[in-house]
Amino acid sequence: MNILRKKRTANLPFSETAIELFIRLCGISCIIFVFGIFFFVFREGAGFLFGKLDLKEFLTSVQWQPTSLNNKRYGAFALIVGTFSVTALAMCIAVPFGLGAAIFVSEFCSPKLRETFKIIIELLAAIPSVVWGFIGLTLMNQLIIAVFNAPIGLTMLNGSIMLALMSVPIIVSIAEDALKAVPDSYREAAEALGATRWQVVYRVLLPAAKHGLLAAVLLGAARSIGETMAVLMATGHSVNIPSGPLSWIRTLTATIAAELGEVARGDEHYQVLFIIGILLFTITFVVNLIADLVIKGIRQE
Amino acid sequence: MQKNYIAAYTVIKIIVVLTCAVLINGCSPKDGESVADKETAQVTIKNKGSDTMVNLAQAWAEMYTGISTKASVEVSGGGSGTGVAALINGTVDIANCSRQIKPKELELATQNTGKAPQEFIVGYDALAVYVHHDTPLDKITIPQLAEIYGENGTITKWSHLSIEHSDCPSDKIIRISRQSNSGTYFYFREALLGKNRDFRIGSLDLHGSKDVVEVIGRTPCAMGYSGMGYATHEVKMLEVATDADAPYYPPTLENVLAKTYPIARPLYMYSLGEPTGEIKVYLDWILSPEGQKIVEKLGFVPLESN
Repeated sequence: MNILRKKRTANLPFSETAIELFIRLCGISCIIFVFGIFFFVFREGAGFLFGKLDLKEFLTSVQWQPTSLNNKRYGAFALIVGTFSVTALAMCIAVPFGLGAAIFVSEFCSPKLRETFKIIIELLAAIPSVVWGFIGLTLMNQLIIAVFNAPIGLTMLNGSIMLALMSVPIIVSIAEDALKAVPDSYREAAEALGATRWQVVYRVLLPAAKHGLLAAVLLGAARSIGETMAVLMATGHSVNIPSGPLSWIRTLTATIAAELGEVARGDEHYQVLFIIGILLFTITFVVNLIADLVIKGIRQE
Repeated sequence: MQKNYIAAYTVIKIIVVLTCAVLINGCSPKDGESVADKETAQVTIKNKGSDTMVNLAQAWAEMYTGISTKASVEVSGGGSGTGVAALINGTVDIANCSRQIKPKELELATQNTGKAPQEFIVGYDALAVYVHHDTPLDKITIPQLAEIYGENGTITKWSHLSIEHSDCPSDKIIRISRQSNSGTYFYFREALLGKNRDFRIGSLDLHGSKDVVEVIGRTPCAMGYSGMGYATHEVKMLEVATDADAPYYPPTLENVLAKTYPIARPLYMYSLGEPTGEIKVYLDWILSPEGQKIVEKLGFVPLESN
């Protein structure tokens, strides 16, 4: 094999080498971009992060007063809580639907229906987030007022439903792959032992595919944490520790989106927004890393 | 066979598209030249800034494009801060601002572009305090507003204002505010709380003057502030007094001009350096009676000289 490869490289025409180089560059560029973005975000925020910022206040105070004239306070606690609570609620809605749909698509439906189903789910993934935000602002707002008799429909629940709808396609497609990866011999063995279809799913497939399913959920959650436009429009955008699904909240991402456009470059407020960026980057990085390790776990088994 | 046919067809399609693209690209400069020959070169004035002023600026631009043969105006919003930031970067000719430019911004602009921004007051805006149409409240004082919006404020419920709000079972006042960088936010905070007190957190910070009025129109518990030009049938503008002993005034043209309505502010436009050429002509037209008529038409208050 090795000799063969050497021989091939020696005789390779120029165009072939060029193409190989080009493809290699494309591959490397991914890594460069990720590190470049991290470097840039970090550089913009670092000066303040290691300088004047009171990290304890940043992580524990709810007082987000970046434009105060003589008492600027940068407490991001309410924003962090907002991001996590809206994501958690979104996952509570998205996980049952997403996993249910994945089990249905991979185990119960006919091949023809499966194709249609997958196309529709992909379509759901292609809807831009600002459109979801718009639906939240208008339709879902009215619906929540009518159903829950809430004073205002721009709430955490509204944002969570939007986020759930956005992360369901990701959960479905990854979870379906995980279920498909379970060897057919498992299914056949279970059925041969007289298990019903539901028992096959519940007792055999879910335990066998649990790593993949967990990864699907984590990637769905990562998508929710990073989502900006829909939550900016649908959650009321209010610095507030939520007391229930009908409270209004503000997320880390929405704060950056709403405020970065109007701050002077290099200003304290500007740097704090980049520190929020670093925080978000870290959170999504950790979630993705866990998802990756979980998937690797499957391969090794 | 079939595959070959499809491949050939694709290639032909690509060639046709490319040819079209080349032809179109090749032609456009010629078109441009001929237009330029007929009219003397068109100047585009770039105008950006305050969301409060974006409708007004748009109306001016449309009207002006009809009148002037030499210049057209391009308007975009984004907020006073965005407009000033663009002015600092030298990417716009005129910045709209619903607050006065800050000394630091002035300095930055001068440093960056070599020209000091020039200020023009182009009209006035009264900030109305809006409530839902069915709210049984007509009047409010500035100290009351300060207690509603200010940090450690004591008024959080409608009953604290001694009214019974039957459409709002929770009795809680839902405070509607603006994103913390808007000129409207800064002005309202200063008018209510001065420079030493901040807004209480927990208000719904919406992203535009129009959104504020729209949300209040759908929310009986809500109270908010926005330009008086944005009033609709679903909302009510409160009469405002400087304190409990002073007379209450509704936000009207007369009261703003007489300076009796307490929450009114000038609207500014900034140019880079003394305006010259078409920019000067445009600004002069805005300040002329014709331009000021549009100010009044859009619910703002025109300059006194008219």
